Amino acid sequence: MSITAVLGSVEQGLIYSLVALGIVLSYRVLDLADLTVDGSFTLGAAWSAVLATAGHPILGIGAAFLAGGAAGLVTAALQTKLKVQPILAGIITMTALYSINLMVMGGRSNLPLLRVTTIFTMAEEVLPPSVATLAVTGLFSLAAAGGLFLFLRTQLGLSIRATGDNRAMVSSSSINPNFTTTVGLCVANALVATGGALLAQYQSFAEPTMGTGMVVIGLASLIIGEVLVGGHRSILHSLAGAVLGAIVYRLIIAVALRTSISASNLKLVSAIIVAAAISYPAIKERVEFYKLRKAGKQDADTLPHSENL
Amino acid sequence: MLTLSHIRKTFNPHTATEKTVFSDLSLHLAPGEFVTIIGSNGAGKSTLFNAIAGSFLLDGGHVVLDGKDITFLPEYKRATQIGRLFQDPLKGTAPSMTIEENLSLAYLRSKRRVASFGISARERTYFREKLSTLGLGLEDRLTTKVGLLSGGQRQALTLMMATLVTPKLLLLDEHTAALDPATAEKVLELTRKIVEENKITCMMITHNIRSSLELGTRTLMMDNGQIVLDLSGPQREGMTVPRLLELFKEASAQELDNDRILFS
Repeated sequence: MSITAVLGSVEQGLIYSLVALGIVLSYRVLDLADLTVDGSFTLGAAWSAVLATAGHPILGIGAAFLAGGAAGLVTAALQTKLKVQPILAGIITMTALYSINLMVMGGRSNLPLLRVTTIFTMAEEVLPPSVATLAVTGLFSLAAAGGLFLFLRTQLGLSIRATGDNRAMVSSSSINPNFTTTVGLCVANALVATGGALLAQYQSFAEPTMGTGMVVIGLASLIIGEVLVGGHRSILHSLAGAVLGAIVYRLIIAVALRTSISASNLKLVSAIIVAAAISYPAIKERVEFYKLRKAGKQDADTLPHSENL
Repeated sequence: MLTLSHIRKTFNPHTATEKTVFSDLSLHLAPGEFVTIIGSNGAGKSTLFNAIAGSFLLDGGHVVLDGKDITFLPEYKRATQIGRLFQDPLKGTAPSMTIEENLSLAYLRSKRRVASFGISARERTYFREKLSTLGLGLEDRLTTKVGLLSGGQRQALTLMMATLVTPKLLLLDEHTAALDPATAEKVLELTRKIVEENKITCMMITHNIRSSLELGTRTLMMDNGQIVLDLSGPQREGMTVPRLLELFKEASAQELDNDRILFS
């Protein structure tokens, strides 16, 4: 693979790391499978593209962050106030967002950003073009990971972690689990939407389907990262793992694209990676059980018959 | 300190599984009172705690804590003034967080939840000092994840967390029942010490008739959602374990008799 291809994968990985970081917060910290992500990613991309076209690329990123937070707020309200099951709450918001995203994009199914100022073209004006994109994506990834790390160390962050860790404890202590869940989902989706916003400006277009499968891609990155850094021993491990995993995931995709796997099969590959990684402990247990049973049977067979009597 | 007046609660009303737990229950606790509660399974002891802590809302009646009506206050708001321990030692702590992080969460009750960063050195010293009073060596393991502790250690830590900021009321729901006898004894001793030192008004459910008389200043026996026996002062001092056991059996036997009538 050429240096340019590797560099491109790293840049994309850094953008997608925002999605993985958001999923660390919802899936690992809060222990919720939040499917809003597919919709909030596109929502961020849509706002970013629309505002960049209007000449406000930076404002676009900020708007994406806020819009993502609002999407998380809707999912959280469905869950905590209206008692919709967590998975279903995410699906409902995601479905609604498909229409909303089209509305934001003015009903167009593709919003190209040709000859439009983006934060990447702005960076190229002050930095050498070869590193400008890497610098911007790296900065966002670092800010997101660092910000999340600091946030989870605050008292509010501790409360959010406790909510995911032991709900029974939280409801009998002075923490309002509905509040902590809401804050967690807002921040998670705000990060995801920022990732979408960056991607739209990076690839110079936005489309309503660009978020499809984002939950699975995020989870795949998360799991790859956890394997690489060795589990989720601490918050720092989880966050570093998410960023690393997102980059490695993009590199894997780049390699896959060079082989016979066509781009249309990528989501299938992602799904298999996630299914295999999540079921790994169960498969391992099953294999060990068979080994144990086989060994036990051998022991029984080798025993002299007199001892059996 | 705590007044329950004419509380009523029916679960699943107007259905086949309708169950009236409290038809009219009143109770008053003076500040600093340590009440032990005994009663057979299904007598309504834990449900009484749930009613006080706010796990569900009452159908009628009032709950007043320290002069403030908390009948309609949500559980997490009551929790700033009520500490609670359950039978299950896993219920009171967050397993994948460290000891100091757990204590820090408990410490939140005393202050508004502001965006202060982490745990200050002063707090850490305070936690260490407090943990050393448990005598379990936990003070040197502040950054150990709580999931690695034994049930007894976790329950002792939960007790510490519930009383780190002195609560107005401490509810102990058979908090030593899942522990081995020696550890149970130790946790009970810690409970007695902490409650006495901080003069906490406390209610403790127990199935151990002996400790129900040994600990505390007042003993209640519950049956069928009612307080059937209320012992304090000289009357309680004159009470013996065999006699109370007899009374306990009488109350449960009565229930048994009723069942017999039902099935004959």
